[in-house]
Amino acid sequence: MNPFSSGTRLRDMIRAIRACKTAAEERGVVRKECAAIRAAINENDNDYRHRNLAKLMFIHMLGYPTHFGQMECLKLIASAGFPEKRIGYLGLMLLLDERQEVLMLVTNSLKQDLNHSNQYIVGLALCAMGNICSAEMARDLAPEVERLLQFRDPNIRKKAALCSIRIIKKVPELAENFINPAAALLREKHHGVLITGVQLCTELCKASEEALEYFRMKCTEGLVKTLKDLVNSPYAPEYDIAGITDPFLHIRLLKLLRVLGQGDEDASECMNDILAQVATKTESNKNAGNAILYECVATIMSIEDNGGLRVLAINILGRFLSNRDNNIRYVALNMLMRAITVDAQAVQRHRATILECVKDLDASIRKRALELVYVLVNESNVKPLTKELIDYLEVSDQDFKGDLTAKICSLVKKFSPEKIWYIDQMLKVLSEAGNFVKDEVWHAVIVVITNSPDLHGYAVRALYRALQTSADQETLVRVAVWCIGEYGDMLVNNIGMLDVEDPITVTESDAVDIIEIALKHHTSDLTTKAMALIALLKLSSRFPSCSERIKEIVVQYKGSLVLELQQRSIELNSIIAKHQNIRSTLVERMPTLDLLEWEEKQSGSIPNTTGSTPAHASINIPNGVAKPSSAPLVDLLDLNSDDVPAPSSSGGDSFHGLLDIDLSGAPKQSGVNHSPNNGTDALMDLLSTATPTQSRSAISDLLNSGQDNKTPVSPLEVLSSPSSNSIQPTSSAGAIDLLDSFATNSPIQENNGPAYPSVVAFESSNLRIGFNFSKLPGNPQTTIIKATFTNLSPSVYTDFIFQAAVPKFLQLHLEPASGNTLPASGNESITQTLRVTNSQHGKKSLVMRIRIAYKMNNKDVLEEGQINNFPQGL
Amino acid sequence: MIQFVLLISRQGKVRLTKWYSPYTQKERTKVLRELSGVILARGPKLCNFVEWREYKVVYKRYASLYFCMCIDQDDNELEVLEIIHHFVEILDRYFGSVCELDLIFNFHKAYYILDELLIAGELQESSKKTVARLIAAQDSLVETAKEQASSISNMIAQATK
Repeated sequence: MNPFSSGTRLRDMIRAIRACKTAAEERGVVRKECAAIRAAINENDNDYRHRNLAKLMFIHMLGYPTHFGQMECLKLIASAGFPEKRIGYLGLMLLLDERQEVLMLVTNSLKQDLNHSNQYIVGLALCAMGNICSAEMARDLAPEVERLLQFRDPNIRKKAALCSIRIIKKVPELAENFINPAAALLREKHHGVLITGVQLCTELCKASEEALEYFRMKCTEGLVKTLKDLVNSPYAPEYDIAGITDPFLHIRLLKLLRVLGQGDEDASECMNDILAQVATKTESNKNAGNAILYECVATIMSIEDNGGLRVLAINILGRFLSNRDNNIRYVALNMLMRAITVDAQAVQRHRATILECVKDLDASIRKRALELVYVLVNESNVKPLTKELIDYLEVSDQDFKGDLTAKICSLVKKFSPEKIWYIDQMLKVLSEAGNFVKDEVWHAVIVVITNSPDLHGYAVRALYRALQTSADQETLVRVAVWCIGEYGDMLVNNIGMLDVEDPITVTESDAVDIIEIALKHHTSDLTTKAMALIALLKLSSRFPSCSERIKEIVVQYKGSLVLELQQRSIELNSIIAKHQNIRSTLVERMPTLDLLEWEEKQSGSIPNTTGSTPAHASINIPNGVAKPSSAPLVDLLDLNSDDVPAPSSSGGDSFHGLLDIDLSGAPKQSGVNHSPNNGTDALMDLLSTATPTQSRSAISDLLNSGQDNKTPVSPLEVLSSPSSNSIQPTSSAGAIDLLDSFATNSPIQENNGPAYPSVVAFESSNLRIGFNFSKLPGNPQTTIIKATFTNLSPSVYTDFIFQAAVPKFLQLHLEPASGNTLPASGNESITQTLRVTNSQHGKKSLVMRIRIAYKMNNKDVLEEGQINNFPQGL
Repeated sequence: MIQFVLLISRQGKVRLTKWYSPYTQKERTKVLRELSGVILARGPKLCNFVEWREYKVVYKRYASLYFCMCIDQDDNELEVLEIIHHFVEILDRYFGSVCELDLIFNFHKAYYILDELLIAGELQESSKKTVARLIAAQDSLVETAKEQASSISNMIAQATK
């Protein structure tokens, strides 16, 4: 009996697996096979090892775990015969990769095989090394590979060349050793060696400046000659593809010439002729020829300027662009993207064709073309191009709309010549693809509208019309609802008519209708509904005749399961019902927001985001409404700390304030912040969307991050010392009344509890940190620590960040710091409030590890320490 | 550089995978799922390139098999199509009009051929003949070893009868 036919053969196993009808059945077969293979491995079975490994590879390809076979690969590689080694190396490459520790064990076998007398075994070792070697192996075996670059058989030389590429990628500092042997490969005649040699040189140029200089000096001419010979070579059947001798070699040579010519005029000059020849002589009716042309164009575009060649290249791209083959059009678009930096004018000439490509059936082409159009747009052509893109938006695929919308919005924003055009275009986008519009974009639309007083009426009427037809586009609904709330009177009375408009007849109750629809529409999400409620409040004041009806609508949400809506409903209802006298002040038109300032905030320059940003985020998320998270806190404070800001003039209040999606939960609960005659303050409170669950953190965030509030104190102190802020305790009664449902909280909390001594928590030569402690009444577990950072050095610290960590039994909450710049020599200090909750209060005392990072004279400094000197009983 | 080579059947079954950059088993599965979803869904007239993550995937369908190669952004897509075709022609010559079943039952042979064509994600040989010759030489080495082994085992079998 032949031992090779016992057990299941590889072929039988594959058959059995293929015969499986269900995945479960397949798993069964694989499990059985794996069990048998494991058993064989345990018995250290020699005869079937290679067959078992082959089976494992197949199983691996099906996606099952096969790590138990890794050692088998090593054993096979270590055995003497070629068949075993062949399958062993294959398994090694399939089952392992460079990150596995096991791989190190193979280094020795590899070394032996690289020196083996059988050249095929050397080849196997080189191949495995080239495909999966790690940096460490590369270092160990580089001398062997270097030597093999001069091996007698060309097939080994070419493998060694590619293996060297891998070595250089893993260990770039080895590059120098390979420069000379690589240069020698360029003189070879054997195509395989030449092609790999050229690739090795290209890689060396990327890895080492020295290599680049060397090849540029010594090899440019030789390479040009090689390419010339190749281009003019007679028919060679072995390398011929579509009438061209070895297009692969063509392309690799062009690629290396590109690297050599880039940034060097002499080298570029040297290759001009041959590039012109390739560009003009290459047949372009087959893919192989086009591939060469494509590479040639890339090289022409990259090397130093030669006007004539560039014209040639752009013409080739123009020809590509009108080709019927999608592949060719794709690469043309791809290359035009690079050409635009070289010759924008020439690319502009193809604008019409490129625009057609945006509408192509093929997603890859569309994407490329859209990106190209995006860079082609300028002030002079923005109007027609945007029109084309928006027209196409109507018919484009759903998957493409997101990309397209983002690009259009960005273009309109960047190049809009006038506001009315901007508003028009954005309205079109919102109506066509409102669901794909990002938050910051529709926010920007509102900001622009508020900033164009003469267009308020126009915008609100246009939005009203758009809403009739595209009520399913969420962001359109939001913008429209907001504008109708603000400018409802202009909608009804056709105020501020422009010549281009047709008058529309909208009654007050029509306007309320449309908001009601938005509020009740099943697709409207929380933000939209919340905005609709606010809009209704505003309309109740603008349209006294509808006031009763609005009240009824608002009341319906009193029982809403969504806390946010319920709260708004209750608040708004009490305003409508009980506070006629202040209502009109409350809902006054929103002040315009400075566009530039808003954009700056959007771009993320928020002053107080020191180590405590996570705290902001965690507060905002449950709210679900205030998505742009960090800005609002700061914004709010502008409102808050101006003593009596007139609503119309306080330029600093934020867009989030405008949208009333702030999270100023604090004032309501503290109840000290209300003053009926202070329009802005009250407005902010009333329109805030904070949920009652967020309590203390919000307060201190709010108070601490104030710009006017240089030395914020712990919330308690703030609450109990009204003079330090714009808090007017006299009005607290009114506020409680206003929001009667929340009046149970005592507005002013006593600053009681035992007093703890302040400590110097940390002191180094540069920095002192002092801690003040206080407790929340009725909550002995929680300690409020006011940390004061003082700079002891003569230099200013910037980017100051304080971080702290506590053991598991403690919970730490960091409030934002009062600033991130610490003036020199203790002139001023930064303060930051920490809340620590000790779950083992009374048993264990506080302990904290801290880290402080800052920049002194633009150098990063990091200090660390542990604080153990907390007073007892915290 | 070619990041990886995939052969996927029209039903989404994997027939060959070769990774020249390290991907964990989990990532590999994810990549395979993602790409087969994208590529198999594309119509016949569309271009052969798909932009995927920061790479491009060049694919070409031969009968029931999709040959896919993932390349860097600035690689020559048209050339990669030629490399795929080059590979297919060599397979075709080796198996004699290759079909999917050949590649299933002789998957290791397909890997051997690929290893003669690409190393480290770069092209190794532009001559089909040379590849065929090298594979044939190595196959004959294996055959000789097998014959020797079987003749020895026959002798042992006869001796122990």
